[in-house]
Amino acid sequence: MDPVTLSRLQFALTTIYHWLFVPLTLGLGWFVAFMQTPFYQTKDETWHKMSKFWGKLFLINFAIGVVTGIVQEFQFGMNWSEYSRYVGDIFGAPLAIEALLAFFLESTFLGVWVFGEGRVPEKVHLASIWLVAIGSNLSALWILLANGWMQHPVGYVINEANGRAELVNFFALIGNPKGWIFFWHTISDGLAMAAFMVLAVSAYHLARKQNVEFFKRSFQMGALVGLIASVLIFLGGHTMGQFMFENQPMKFSAIEAHWETSQPADFSILTIGDLTGKREVWSIRTSQIGIPGVLSFLACNNFDCEVKGVNELQAEAESQYGPGDYIPLMVVTYWTFRIMMTFGFIMMGASAWFLYATCRKDYENARWLKLVPFGALALPYLANASGWILTEMGRQPWIVYGLLKVQDAVSPNLTTLDLLISLIGYTVVYGSLAVAMVKLMLKYAKAGPDAAMHESVDVAPTLVGADD
Amino acid sequence: MSYEFLQILWFILIAVLWIGFYFLEGFDFGVGMLLPFLGKKDEERRAIINSIGSVWDGNEVWLLTAGGATFAAFPHWYATMFSGFYLPLFLLLVGLILRGISFEYRSKDPAPAWRNRFDWMIALGSFLAALLLGTAFANLAKGVPIGADMNYVSPNGIMTTIGLLNPFGLIGGLTTVAVFLLHGANFLSLKLEGELRERARAFAKKLYIFAAIMVVLLAVTTYIYTDILSKIGVNPGVIPIVSAIALLASIYFINRKMEGWAFITVSLHIVLTQVAFFTLMFPRVMVSSLNPDWSLTIYNASSSQYTLTVMSIIALIFVPIVLAYQGWTYYMFRKRISTDKKELVY
Repeated sequence: MDPVTLSRLQFALTTIYHWLFVPLTLGLGWFVAFMQTPFYQTKDETWHKMSKFWGKLFLINFAIGVVTGIVQEFQFGMNWSEYSRYVGDIFGAPLAIEALLAFFLESTFLGVWVFGEGRVPEKVHLASIWLVAIGSNLSALWILLANGWMQHPVGYVINEANGRAELVNFFALIGNPKGWIFFWHTISDGLAMAAFMVLAVSAYHLARKQNVEFFKRSFQMGALVGLIASVLIFLGGHTMGQFMFENQPMKFSAIEAHWETSQPADFSILTIGDLTGKREVWSIRTSQIGIPGVLSFLACNNFDCEVKGVNELQAEAESQYGPGDYIPLMVVTYWTFRIMMTFGFIMMGASAWFLYATCRKDYENARWLKLVPFGALALPYLANASGWILTEMGRQPWIVYGLLKVQDAVSPNLTTLDLLISLIGYTVVYGSLAVAMVKLMLKYAKAGPDAAMHESVDVAPTLVGADD
Repeated sequence: MSYEFLQILWFILIAVLWIGFYFLEGFDFGVGMLLPFLGKKDEERRAIINSIGSVWDGNEVWLLTAGGATFAAFPHWYATMFSGFYLPLFLLLVGLILRGISFEYRSKDPAPAWRNRFDWMIALGSFLAALLLGTAFANLAKGVPIGADMNYVSPNGIMTTIGLLNPFGLIGGLTTVAVFLLHGANFLSLKLEGELRERARAFAKKLYIFAAIMVVLLAVTTYIYTDILSKIGVNPGVIPIVSAIALLASIYFINRKMEGWAFITVSLHIVLTQVAFFTLMFPRVMVSSLNPDWSLTIYNASSSQYTLTVMSIIALIFVPIVLAYQGWTYYMFRKRISTDKKELVY
């Protein structure tokens, strides 16, 4: 395989992996901060235990996000040096600001939170977990503004003398609507992921009648936050779709396997392409079941607007940028979108159902509690990974939309051997990390709140359900 | 603010970030490398980890910020260095990953095999990181094959990046390891109590000899392998001499059990050596071994004046805030760490 493909593969691997853990950090931080606040106010021991127990899971997860994040910061220069030269004047700024404003905040105050209990004033200890949550979400904002610029470049000029993009308007960069829509979609996704984690672990204990009071409170919180967050995700996603329709029409139409320009445009219920992923073989669309114009509505909130097809957009791109293939791999964009959307809707329905269930007094006796919430935990993880694969692969062949292609962005000095060594190395290291992480998560999640009050599960009292 | 002023300002800021990183994470790396050798029993190892537990992550952010600031202010420096040093940096990242995860995961299971594995991963990760950082800095000065287009020329494929591990590079790396070990031992004798404190001081005495030999070797080989002493950027004046005196003085304080001064003098040595490095390099940031005109300097590697101006304003506002709260946490956790299990967090 050539260095470009290997570099892409490695970036995909390291980034998707990193992003399996970070959304939980983003969301669960708020949960822990929110639980510790009433403990500080009322000294209610259940709130204390909740912040400690969910905080323990938060820490186990947080560590992986941190160590894999260092790779993210370095690999632009390591694997994408031409990209770094071309955009460094713009893209470097949010990265540096992210480190200065967000990384220092979250890592310093995480240290205070972990080591400070009983050593720093309670108020300071409470403030530190809020600062951790704020810091990690701030970091998401800056990296999403950076990514937003790659999807929708603003506030720049191309300097003909040195052949690179240069920043001319910092406020355009930080006000980039694409970045803010990403941020909205992403932090609600983080909250949803945390909510489903809380739901799954709580249901496990409720089904076993352990620490019922503790986990009922957690379950209720999870259901409420899960519902609010998944509605916010949906609204953010819909806004993102319309922004995409205007600014990345090719991605929009590729998601829908929408080949020919039409007005009104039809939403594909199921389209099957050939093996190249570039041609349609069979398709059924909404107009065939009597609802025309659904795609038009997704594009512009109007059932009758025109949506350009992939073929016309390809011709337009060729006349603008020269000959080439400007169509993303449609089998990927089409299916990842459907996975993301379907799972997103199931999440909304599931959390509404869980919330409704908590209104009934004895829901902890329900049989569905044994399996449903645990299975539902897979939804946000799969939806979230699909969404990012869609966003990034839907932009191909561009690394910076309309400005720089992926094939022109890699480090020219790297050989296939260099990349094989690092790719295999990352796979082995990341694989082992996942094994250790899952082992600890399961252990602490199963052990319950009493164990989290102690440093190690095995020295903790073995009696569970002590507070029932 | 003129363009040149901004370029110099950002050179200084990035130098400060690296110096801060060497000073802070230097003892973290030293502590990490010493962990399995200094701590015999589990509580002892826990005390050693607890001595840096609350701060190591914040210290490591200095490296991330140095990386991010280099990207923003000198994109060509970032691009050439990170792609050119590909495999050593990959190993550095593996070292940092192993180390970081081990701090958090070690304590979460009491099985001796589990804990022992993470202890050695901390030591190995810290060693790799210190060695490769030192190697990278030595090669910045020695020169690497940078072509006219600022890219690393790699006629020998993978051997070019492995070529960083040349004798001078390795001397730079081992010197960094030796000085960080000494720095870590001093830090531990300052932070621990009782027998461990004594043991750390005894280690410092022995490590001092190793560090002193390596520093002398590095100084001598710098004459042979690099041109930074003949093509001095800014004359560092007495800085290298003060740095040497500080290192010499530290053994006096170590022997006299004056732990605070021992720590300060070695810190001073680390800081001043880095200051000397950056002043000697200025205005170059990477030396080309192929053609002096192809070296990267703060002038040909920098971002635009607009970006540097924006970044300067942001740095001016936030760097003091960060320094204040990070300094405050050191003050907050200034107490010595005992091996009393009730006191230990990790």
